[in-house]
Amino acid sequence: MPTIQEIASFAETSARDLGVKKYDIYGSSVDDNSVQVDHGEPKQVKASNRCGVIVRVWNADETIGVTSTTDVDPQGIQLALKTAYEASQFGPKEHIPDFSPQAQAPIPNPLGDALAPQAPVSKLIETLIETEKRLLDAHPAIAGVPYNGLSQRDVERFYLNSDGALRHEACSYASIYLYSKTEQDGKKPRSAGAYRVHRSLDQLDIEGCLKEAAEKTISHLDYQKVKTGKYRVVFAPEAFLSLIGAFSNLFNAQSILDKQSLSTPDSLGEAIASPLLSVADDARHPENVAVETFDGEGTPTRRVPLITEGVLTSFIHSAGTAKRLNAQPTGNASIGAKVSVGANFYHVSAGKAASQSYSLDGAENVILIDDLSALHAGVNSLQGSFSLPFDGWLVNGGDRISIDSATIAGDIRDLLKSIIYVESEAEVTPGGISPRVWVDNLSVTGE
Amino acid sequence: MPPSALLISQELPKLNYSATRDRFDDTWRDPLSTLLGIGRAAGADLVEFFLERVNYISCLAEDDAITSISPRLSTGAGVRVFRGKGDCYVSTNDLSFKGLKVALEKALSILGLTLPAPHAFIPETNLELLRDYATVRGKDSWLADSSPISEMGDVLLRSTTELEKQASHIQSRRAVYFRDWQEVLVAASDGTFARDIRLTQSVGCNLLCADGDHRSSIGKRVGSTGDPNFLRSWNYEDTAADISESAGKMLYADYVESGSYPIIMANQFGGVIFHEACGHLLETTQIERKTTPFIDKKGEKIAHENLTAWDEGLSSNEFGTIDMDDEGMPAQRTLLIENGILKNFLSDRAGSMRTGHPRTGSGRRQSYAYAAASRMRNTYIAPGDYSLDDLFASVDKGIYCKKMGGGSVGPTGEFNFGVDEAYLIENGKVTKPLKGAILIGEAKEIMNKISMSSQDLGLAAGFCGSVSGSIYVTVGQPHVKVDAITVGGR
Repeated sequence: MPTIQEIASFAETSARDLGVKKYDIYGSSVDDNSVQVDHGEPKQVKASNRCGVIVRVWNADETIGVTSTTDVDPQGIQLALKTAYEASQFGPKEHIPDFSPQAQAPIPNPLGDALAPQAPVSKLIETLIETEKRLLDAHPAIAGVPYNGLSQRDVERFYLNSDGALRHEACSYASIYLYSKTEQDGKKPRSAGAYRVHRSLDQLDIEGCLKEAAEKTISHLDYQKVKTGKYRVVFAPEAFLSLIGAFSNLFNAQSILDKQSLSTPDSLGEAIASPLLSVADDARHPENVAVETFDGEGTPTRRVPLITEGVLTSFIHSAGTAKRLNAQPTGNASIGAKVSVGANFYHVSAGKAASQSYSLDGAENVILIDDLSALHAGVNSLQGSFSLPFDGWLVNGGDRISIDSATIAGDIRDLLKSIIYVESEAEVTPGGISPRVWVDNLSVTGE
Repeated sequence: MPPSALLISQELPKLNYSATRDRFDDTWRDPLSTLLGIGRAAGADLVEFFLERVNYISCLAEDDAITSISPRLSTGAGVRVFRGKGDCYVSTNDLSFKGLKVALEKALSILGLTLPAPHAFIPETNLELLRDYATVRGKDSWLADSSPISEMGDVLLRSTTELEKQASHIQSRRAVYFRDWQEVLVAASDGTFARDIRLTQSVGCNLLCADGDHRSSIGKRVGSTGDPNFLRSWNYEDTAADISESAGKMLYADYVESGSYPIIMANQFGGVIFHEACGHLLETTQIERKTTPFIDKKGEKIAHENLTAWDEGLSSNEFGTIDMDDEGMPAQRTLLIENGILKNFLSDRAGSMRTGHPRTGSGRRQSYAYAAASRMRNTYIAPGDYSLDDLFASVDKGIYCKKMGGGSVGPTGEFNFGVDEAYLIENGKVTKPLKGAILIGEAKEIMNKISMSSQDLGLAAGFCGSVSGSIYVTVGQPHVKVDAITVGGR
């Protein structure tokens, strides 16, 4: 695999040969190993060493063309530049992307090369087999761990452009997921899972993942239907974060400009949620294991306050959306023929102090939602509505009973305004940080 | 004739293979034959190489402008090594002999196998004559014959103009097209040596309408494999008329009241319910994980006696049609359920090895980055004997699910589907539009509740995500009646 300097050199030579004066390239390479096991035996082991780049070319008329390729040798890079140049003849005539004005800005505390030594695959297999065994032993009803995996991955990323910008960073990750399933005579199979990610196998919280998967699975063994009706609902951190993620068009400047959002450019300053809630996108949060210090346009990533005490405070931007909305790029862009914008790492926290606090210990007839599923099917992000199956428990006087086959439905705008409490203790998840969030009067369909 | 010289391990570095860079042809025989021999000499039970080259392009029109043209060029290979009931899959972008050998060595070493000693003989694999579906079936010119970029832009802009003409309260109009040209070569140590070219295309429109707080968003796409003229022949007027009408009806729709209802599901994309609720559970991947309730039900009744269902790769130009699967096996027509009786599972090579169910030409994958797994192709419920009027007349109060959204099925067989366009049925008549419906159920139960099928089988293009990535599939059915299902709503 060529080095980034070699790819830059291939690009420079090819661009000169083709008469291309302005271009930029974003690329990454991934070297990963992963294992799955089945009742004490390795089931499938996977490894890969892959790379890919995306090339943008501006022609003499300043229209832009793009091509992505996995051929990163001189011939491959040249073909990509040539194809991008050809595509540029048909590129958009309005709102043409340009280099980020921050593509060469200094990055505070750059990540640099943060690669950790990879453990041998045999160690991954051994570790996962042992973990699977302990999960199977956790309760007689746990009959299998049908979805499991332990992986480690080295990721290198770079951005360069014909103005001389050159950024590069590398990082290692290790992750584990365990999803166990129960079998008991006369009862439905039940399942639950857990996931952890960290920088290396040594740092990975395998014990925590195992404990969480076991506890959750066991907690669902006894279950009951819930009556259809309106409930006070408590969203566990992952559930609330997944809901916020599903309606990220609220903050996404590209979606807003494309009229594919519940917000408009004039929405900044509006109260869109209870004042008890604040949300930020914080790529550089110290707990964000998958930190990236620059985005696909080379812009440094940063903390962006999205909702502050209920008020929509900022959007997330690419260089192009920032220019159109008279703002600054925020480090949330991915390059392409059309630059897209996405959140990095949500940080949900309490906003204004609540006049009343709540606790699950004494709660009556409250539904605690642990996990929302089928978000791709049950969320209509353009309409604001959702109707989603969930895993959770009905809480009564400190007792929790698992809920069988129910859905929760509502409108995200109503939900955000119906928040009655944001707990103080936050939990770190792979996708962000959030405490539990209490919401009143949500529709639950059960029996 | 004297035998040809035997290859010895220490001579490997001297080999100078020159396979064609831009085409998978017979020049790949020798390097792959040697690599497969190395794998077998190292002790692997079976070794398989999957080579892939992709030329992909997508085009997006928003309102009256082309806003994105995205070409993607990709090459890569995956090598899968089987030993006992375990296997290892290694993928790489490096298609040189050296690059493929590095990938093979990695797979072998992960399985605890070592390269043959320096003086060991390498029994090169005797590959079959190249089974070249691409050339035999005239596919080599498909890429050149499909629409150029300028034509993509023209057609998409005509479709968004048509939406402007036909719809009201428009907030945004979009049209999307993609063309995915893929050349694949499969070589395995059982002698498999096969090449194919696939040309998959899809085009569609999306409409977002808004009036005050009322919003509706409707989309429709069609897809094809193997027709270079697909985009040229797309009837965008019909698509625009269809979604404009739906968006208008749904704009002021009430939210559905949750509860248990009989439902009638429309044909074409309505087949997603069978795909998710039953099709996935008939893949041997699910048997291996023990996540299907149908593991030991072959030959037994698992569905209503009025239900027969197929999965096949043979229908002309349908979205899931393939001449061969990604393990080099010719596609076939597989009877899944006949009059309620489970007849067959869908099996890939590994699934067959681990479960005993015969391969069905169903080993599929998104790309070289994934090992093949048992996956669906064109999957549908067969037409029944009822008329559409019979179905509606049997419902006093229920829901007509005209356009389905996406869905999924969990490891315990519980499924859910969004409904993009729904209507209340009262006394056999379709009355008011409803939004926000999601269908929830359990595979085992729902299959016995699909009690009536009409005669109007229709197929629709879809995308299916699972263990081996996202693949192109067809879902389908005639209109069907489900006697009772939980509908989530407000």
